[in-house]
Amino acid sequence: MTATANDASTFEAPGLDWRRQIRFSAIGALSCAFIALAGMPVGLDRRSIVYPVLSLGYLSLFWVPFVLASLAGSQVVLEGMGERERDTRDLAAGALVGLGSALGLVGLMILVKNFNLRDPLVNWSPQLLELLSFNRSTTLGMLLWVVLGTTLGLLGGAMHVVPAMVRAKILTVVLSVLIVSVLQTFLTDLLEGFRLEVFTDFIYYKRGGLEILGALLVAVLAIAIPLLVAGRIKGLRARVQKMPPDERSRVNLVLLGVGAALLLVLPFFLGKIANELLANVGLFVLLALGLNIVVGLAGILDLGYVAFFAVGGYTTAVLTSPNSPGFSPELPWPVALIVVVVLTGLVGLFIGAPVIRMRGDYLAIVTLGFGEIIRLLFLSDWLSGWFGGAQGITNIPGVDVGIGTVKGTDPRSVFLLVLVFCGIAIYVSWRLEHSRLGRAWMAIREDEDVAEAMGVNTTSTKLMAFVVGAVLASFSGAIFSAKVGSIFPTSFIMLVSIIILVVVIVGGMGNIAGVIVGAVVLIGVLGGPKQPGLLQELGQFKLLIYGALLVWMMLKRPEGLVPNVRRSRELHQEEFLQDAWLKGEIDEEDPS
Amino acid sequence: MNMLQILDLSVTFGGLHALRNLDFHVEEGEIVSVIGPNGAGKTTFFNMISGMVTPTSGEILFEGESLLNLDPSQVTERGIARTFQNVRLFANMTILENVMVAQHCRTHQKVFGALLQTKAFKSEEIAIREYGEEVLSFFGSRLIGYRLNQPASVLSYANRRRLEIARAMATRPRLLLLDEPVAGMNPRESAELTALIGRLRSEWGFTIVIIEHDMSVVRDVSDRVVVLDHGETIAQGSYDSVANDPKVVEAYLGRQVQDKNADEETSS
Amino acid sequence: MTTTHDAKLTSRVLWVDRFLTLIRITFIVVISVGLLAFVAQQINPQNPFAQWANPDATGLTAPQFKGLLVTGLAQGAMYGLIALGYSMVYGVLGFINFAHGEVFMVGAMSGMITSNKLADAGLWEDAFLLCLLFIVVTSILLSTATAVIMERVAYRPLRGAPRLIPLITSIGVSFFLQNLSVVLLGPGAKSYPTLPSWLSQKRSLVGFQIEGTKLLVLLTAAVSMAGLWFLVERTRTGKAMRAVAEDKEIAALMGIDVNRTIVKTFAVGGAMAGVAGILWGILFRSVIHTTGFLPGIKAFSAAVVGGIGNLGGAMAGGLSLGAAEATAPLVLLEPLGVDGVSQLRDAVAFAVLIFVLLVRPSGLFGERLSEDERA
Repeated sequence: MTATANDASTFEAPGLDWRRQIRFSAIGALSCAFIALAGMPVGLDRRSIVYPVLSLGYLSLFWVPFVLASLAGSQVVLEGMGERERDTRDLAAGALVGLGSALGLVGLMILVKNFNLRDPLVNWSPQLLELLSFNRSTTLGMLLWVVLGTTLGLLGGAMHVVPAMVRAKILTVVLSVLIVSVLQTFLTDLLEGFRLEVFTDFIYYKRGGLEILGALLVAVLAIAIPLLVAGRIKGLRARVQKMPPDERSRVNLVLLGVGAALLLVLPFFLGKIANELLANVGLFVLLALGLNIVVGLAGILDLGYVAFFAVGGYTTAVLTSPNSPGFSPELPWPVALIVVVVLTGLVGLFIGAPVIRMRGDYLAIVTLGFGEIIRLLFLSDWLSGWFGGAQGITNIPGVDVGIGTVKGTDPRSVFLLVLVFCGIAIYVSWRLEHSRLGRAWMAIREDEDVAEAMGVNTTSTKLMAFVVGAVLASFSGAIFSAKVGSIFPTSFIMLVSIIILVVVIVGGMGNIAGVIVGAVVLIGVLGGPKQPGLLQELGQFKLLIYGALLVWMMLKRPEGLVPNVRRSRELHQEEFLQDAWLKGEIDEEDPS
Repeated sequence: MNMLQILDLSVTFGGLHALRNLDFHVEEGEIVSVIGPNGAGKTTFFNMISGMVTPTSGEILFEGESLLNLDPSQVTERGIARTFQNVRLFANMTILENVMVAQHCRTHQKVFGALLQTKAFKSEEIAIREYGEEVLSFFGSRLIGYRLNQPASVLSYANRRRLEIARAMATRPRLLLLDEPVAGMNPRESAELTALIGRLRSEWGFTIVIIEHDMSVVRDVSDRVVVLDHGETIAQGSYDSVANDPKVVEAYLGRQVQDKNADEETSS
Repeated sequence: MTTTHDAKLTSRVLWVDRFLTLIRITFIVVISVGLLAFVAQQINPQNPFAQWANPDATGLTAPQFKGLLVTGLAQGAMYGLIALGYSMVYGVLGFINFAHGEVFMVGAMSGMITSNKLADAGLWEDAFLLCLLFIVVTSILLSTATAVIMERVAYRPLRGAPRLIPLITSIGVSFFLQNLSVVLLGPGAKSYPTLPSWLSQKRSLVGFQIEGTKLLVLLTAAVSMAGLWFLVERTRTGKAMRAVAEDKEIAALMGIDVNRTIVKTFAVGGAMAGVAGILWGILFRSVIHTTGFLPGIKAFSAAVVGGIGNLGGAMAGGLSLGAAEATAPLVLLEPLGVDGVSQLRDAVAFAVLIFVLLVRPSGLFGERLSEDERA
């Protein structure tokens, strides 16, 4: 980006860059062919978004021309540079990109029809061809793709031509239909709890997806509701803004309290599936909050974070299960939890001490090694007398809380328990961030040498981050153990560490709200390493999407969905400085 | 009494002598300038006192206690603070946070204090915030007020230098090491800072060692000047005696007839 | 004025240091006791020390031990080839390309596909060496392409970003490539065709009984290593690589196209990983999408053991790591009475990495890093 800034010596708006359009066409063609060969259209065809016109499978292709055409048309407008007038050429460019993308599919169809590469490429199948031809003849299918691709590209290009208001409305409608459709399981469950299933029965098709009428209704609501409410919300917000700081923070506190109360009541209106889903999300929120302290605040990239989850889970299992092979005190869960916390803290120290002085990237690999060693030890025959080896430990009792037992068969209770611990974790993260320790963590993240020269004992401070992170993970492990009722080494593979890392990064490193949003969106929709999300049809594509998302976030939005102000400053230092300068915030030299 | 005493100290980087058999001392309440041509080992000298570089041989005594084998954080804890030649602030932390974090080794609250919000925790937070503001207000209104909650990265160059000094002051040191405090400042700013350095001693009671290239600053502030060249002390004394020392002139300007050894470049 | 000295100063030696020393000592004690017990058992399984350490110990026969060593060395050569890629990229860009293990996996997958096609065509048995050459070349092409695209798409835009960002990106790339293999080629392990019988026979060589496959692996690795050495030390490209590794800006000022040199570095690393992928296929005859993970990590360990940035060291590190992980479970752990030692092979490899970083962070053969990384 800086390169463009340097090149822009003239202040005239540059014309439409056709080479960029052609590059994007090629990218579109490759992406479409690749998505088709990855098997997404066929694999995801079962799930409808809008029944019967649009399935998730087709959607996996349709977004390509639209999004790429709109991306190809967007340009960075630099300060002091005029924006190019948008005109029909943009439409043409969009159509070109769309057409290019479609041609990728057409080419693939020709190849699939005439050659057989099914041997290495498992999705090179007649079903793929059939699906791509919309169950009609191949030639007609190709024609249809050309038309569809061009139209979608045209629409994508049109996004730059229409006024911003219209664009926002279109996006709202599209996104709401998508979101409502994806949330089907959850919403059905929720509305059933309020005895309002009439509504969901009306908008949803039973086997997944919105009905056409339902989709229209959602679209209308998506336009109407903001029109009705927007003014009032704006007014309220303005009033709160005007309040003195004291009062404002009191209002915030009340809102927070109401939110928490709603969350606590929510599970009673939800069915099993939704509660189970939320319980899983909660477990990952806990894990992600812990990793956030280590990675987001202290800047230590710990890739073996799952080790603490495992230690928490296994310790709980050993202490509470009657089937624990070596040592079986059958403690009640709350008592076991105390031991778990202490023990995991110690393991945190034990793993942390040797790695804490290493360079960042060595540390990442070595923690990863520790994570694997711990899993291998739990798996080994050597220690199977204690941890059951591959057979794991079964028959772990639930948590007895007086009024009932929290166990996996009752996801509502699990969710409530998880909520309580999430509350604790949020409180801990928030308080620590604004304390002596939190400031020291940030200083270390900024510049470790200087932090040390300013009197911060980096070794013990970083260790503390490790230990606090470990303890939060052990909560999650202890609940996981009680929830699932049995525990195996396969639950603690490295994949878990990576997924937690993706959650933290997608949400926004160093930001509590961001991490929660990240966990809700990713674990809720895509699902965890073993836990299904709302789109359980994704199955094998889930991990692919996680990987792609991680790379994309790092390239385009390293500060995450909900950026921490501080963190994004660090990542966009130059732009931020420019902004500050333009706003006159940066101080000029003193007038002399 | 000598506050800082350095005895026969050498630092070697893979055969290269950054400092060679150096003897140096600072008395309580003194302002000492260390000067020397580029590559004379001045910054290494600071790095070594603050524990970032381990000497190969020799002894460093601070108030009679050895500083050898201490971590930089422990050196700071014992009362020595420093600034850096190429300003190194915590750019994404606010100005207030920069001076608050510097009081780390003077505070004691741990995890539980923060979690339970104990009285001790709250009063400590207030105390370090107040002390931080006090330190910042030493530089007039530049670093306080609405600035307190702005990130350090928005500050101008001169203000960054000032904030760095404030941050060093916040560690509550007795000996302050300033590495080229006026580098990059205009004459007016540099004169103002020179005056402030004097006040640092008279009002705050710091003993100060300065590395500086700007000879007018050196002349104005220092009680004593030490000249380093090729890692060795070649002269010391009052500014006037040093400025006229032929050895010093030679180190800066070179000998009339080129000596072979003088070509040896000491880079750091 | 406000300086207070009522507080106790922190002690000179932190407990962390004491703890580290303790860990180092423990490592050394375990290794020496294990070795002593092994020696004792070799002398006589009935002797009291051996009995004390592990009453069921039987000791190893010389051929067994040599067999283990050869297996270890063959795998180690493969690790060494992968390690070269880590080392080169680290030397030039200063970050760990986590996804390098996946480049190796791509090589192994490519070899699986081409060799099966050749076997279907009936060429595999008849013209094995030609086929081998062919699959090595295709594998090199594919994995080089993977590495180059990876650099272009994921790493180039991130040059100059904070240190952790490219590292995290490479984790994402690694994850993506693994799962790409699942969705394109299907999940589950896939096998190479059977090797011709003349290759699997044991041959004796300087007192060792070596299977033909392992000999082939060692030879291929040696040839590739020689080629790489020639490239880096004797060609203009190699000189450019070394210059860029030393200082990117100065290299650019000297008229070296830094971007192209970095691409070439990735390409060469990718090619080595491609060869290693074929060697994996020959040794184990089975690949799965996670094939790249463990060898990748172990190769990274090898690069660290050899001193990262040091190419000869990477190979030596690979060989020693391979030998260690093959023999250590039986030589060190079995005599100590640990059950099911072969399951702990991977744990041993990680332990070696941790041990080396604790005892000698710059690797056994020393790092070769440019100035700014040392600082």
